[in-house]
Amino acid sequence: MSVLVYIENTEGQFKKSAFEAVSYGKAVADQLQTEVIAISIGTVKEDELQKLGGYGATRVLNVSTDNLSSFVNQAYASIVATAAQKENASVVVLSNTFSGKGLAPRVAAKLSAGIVSGASALPQINGDTFEVQTSAFSNKAIATVSVQSAMKVLTINPNAFASKETGGSATIEAYTPDIPSTDFSTTVQEIVRATDTISLPEAEIVVSAGRGLKGPENWGMIEELAKVLGAATACSKPVSDAGWRPHSEHVGQTGIVVSPNLYIAIGISGAIQHLAGVSSSKTIVVINKDPEAPFFKVADYGIVGDAFVVVPKLIEALKKHKGN
Amino acid sequence: MKILVCISNVPDTTSKITFTNENTAFNTTGVQYIVNPYDEIALSKAVDLAAAASGSVTTITVGDASTEPTIRKALAIGADNAVRVDAAASDAWFVANQIAAYAKNNNFDLILTGRESIDYNSAQIAAMVGELLHIPSVSVAKGIQVTNGQASVEREIEGGKEVLTASLPIVIGTAEGVAEPKIPNMRGIMGARSKPLEVIAAIAVEPLTKIKSYATPPARGSVTLVNEDQVDELVSLLHNNAKVI
Ligand SMILES: Cc1cc2nc3c(=O)[nH]c(=O)nc-3n(C[C@H](O)[C@H](O)[C@H](O)COP(=O)(O)OP(=O)(O)OC[C@H]3O[C@@H](n4cnc5c(N)ncnc54)[C@H](O)[C@@H]3O)c2cc1C
Ligand SMILES: Nc1ncnc2c1ncn2[C@@H]1O[C@H](COP(=O)(O)O)[C@@H](O)[C@H]1O
Repeated sequence: MSVLVYIENTEGQFKKSAFEAVSYGKAVADQLQTEVIAISIGTVKEDELQKLGGYGATRVLNVSTDNLSSFVNQAYASIVATAAQKENASVVVLSNTFSGKGLAPRVAAKLSAGIVSGASALPQINGDTFEVQTSAFSNKAIATVSVQSAMKVLTINPNAFASKETGGSATIEAYTPDIPSTDFSTTVQEIVRATDTISLPEAEIVVSAGRGLKGPENWGMIEELAKVLGAATACSKPVSDAGWRPHSEHVGQTGIVVSPNLYIAIGISGAIQHLAGVSSSKTIVVINKDPEAPFFKVADYGIVGDAFVVVPKLIEALKKHKGN
Repeated sequence: MKILVCISNVPDTTSKITFTNENTAFNTTGVQYIVNPYDEIALSKAVDLAAAASGSVTTITVGDASTEPTIRKALAIGADNAVRVDAAASDAWFVANQIAAYAKNNNFDLILTGRESIDYNSAQIAAMVGELLHIPSVSVAKGIQVTNGQASVEREIEGGKEVLTASLPIVIGTAEGVAEPKIPNMRGIMGARSKPLEVIAAIAVEPLTKIKSYATPPARGSVTLVNEDQVDELVSLLHNNAKVI
């Protein structure tokens, strides 16, 4: 028996969510009194792979052939499922990233495994019962899901489970399963990635603004605030609909769901569809000139005031704080 | 071009979410049901693609008879015909197998789903159906173009996008940006009444997961308000109390 964790890399590097996935896998493996094995696909250097050992992986299966350098979910799913069978894995863990969403259900279907996406806590394992919590109804409920198949697939949201160093080390093994050529039916033509900004789904701090900002020309202070905090920027739906900000920044029920440590909402009313995407943030700060804005009801801290006055002051105060 | 669009019947986005039977079942009392907002995007894209290529749009819904008003709404938006698999949507594996079984016998060029349903938010169906049919899938698409039997799909990735191509057939989960949701007009609504809605029996599939119980997320404490002239205090609260900066 084992726990298998698929580790996603971005251009050969592991992100924070990769280590969170290993740590989650390690905690599950501890419950099952077994080991956690990591699998990496693509071109990743030995010293990067080695880092996984530091979070509890005892072995790392390294799958690196030229045709796998870009993400092809069919082929990747075949590899992960084949490895799960070879290693007699009872649980397969993946990050609930955009690629993870395209991969995990295929792995589950190949293994006839029950899958829970976005597990928000460790599973409760009791003999044959295996239960996991996840959010449902757009963060308005928590569902406890019982997984009834022998093999289980779990995905975890970025920033939902803290990584934990174990100080261990792993052996790295080259792994080259046979993958049918029919699994290579998609071809990546182009990847565009903003390198200078922090990725929204993974950000620990998010600075978000809404229609209260009046127009795209006023986003300079939002970007500056984000920069001081090392935060990602986000916006409400009407803001991206109006073309003030790109759609990729829109959070909420129909946009990206985030759960940062700190979410700062500026000039956003707090409509239920907006809250659906942000209400699992650990700390929420609201800046709004209307004391009746619904957002204050879910906020931890709030300032009733004009964003054009408050935000510049906040930037100054933070600069002063960072300076100390 | 033959297009299949998977339509999920979900509680309206503003619904109050409560539970019955000792928190083991969703309380449907007074809840308004709608076409899952992402499925509306999928359907709108399908209608445009079919119009451009003199194709047809079929919708499929796994659900009991109570889902029919939602299915009629999909027909009003512009689908040509609808199929309802007469069974409760017990889990993603069950639903995906029903959709795959129907698709297998009907040779669709394109199968569209929403990126996720706003009730269970699992974002599993597109990739599962792709796997069950042994065809490519993209789970979170922001743009779709189809030319000469080839799909070009813009996929969301962290901090950017990826463009990929694949031959049809393919399953694609649609997100914002793929199409503007269409609003049914009076003619569409009238016409929907007479469009074919076929009810078929479910195939036997054992679900692999089961929701055991629901809980309401823990309530947040009340807000601590800081005067707008004392932003320093906010910074210190975030640093010393919340420990987030
Ligand atoms: C099916 C559906 C799905 C949706 N999905 C989403 C979604 O995913 N995400 C989303 O965000 N919305 C979504 N919406 C829209 C949502 O219902 C709200 O309309 C939207 O969130 C409002 O955006 P807003 O708060 O920026 O604007 P508004 O509601 O207009 O609020 C602006 C706020 O700014 C404040 N303000 C104005 N001037 C200032 C100032 N100078 N300083 C400080 N504060 C100021 C005002 O007091 C007000 O509270 C959805 C709607 C539907 C029907
Ligand atoms: N019961 C259902 N019947 C038909 N399609 C469904 C059903 N449930 C989910 N889908 C489709 O699958 C997509 C993703 O749903 P989910 O995987 O549940 O988040 C939805 O947007 C629908 O297109």
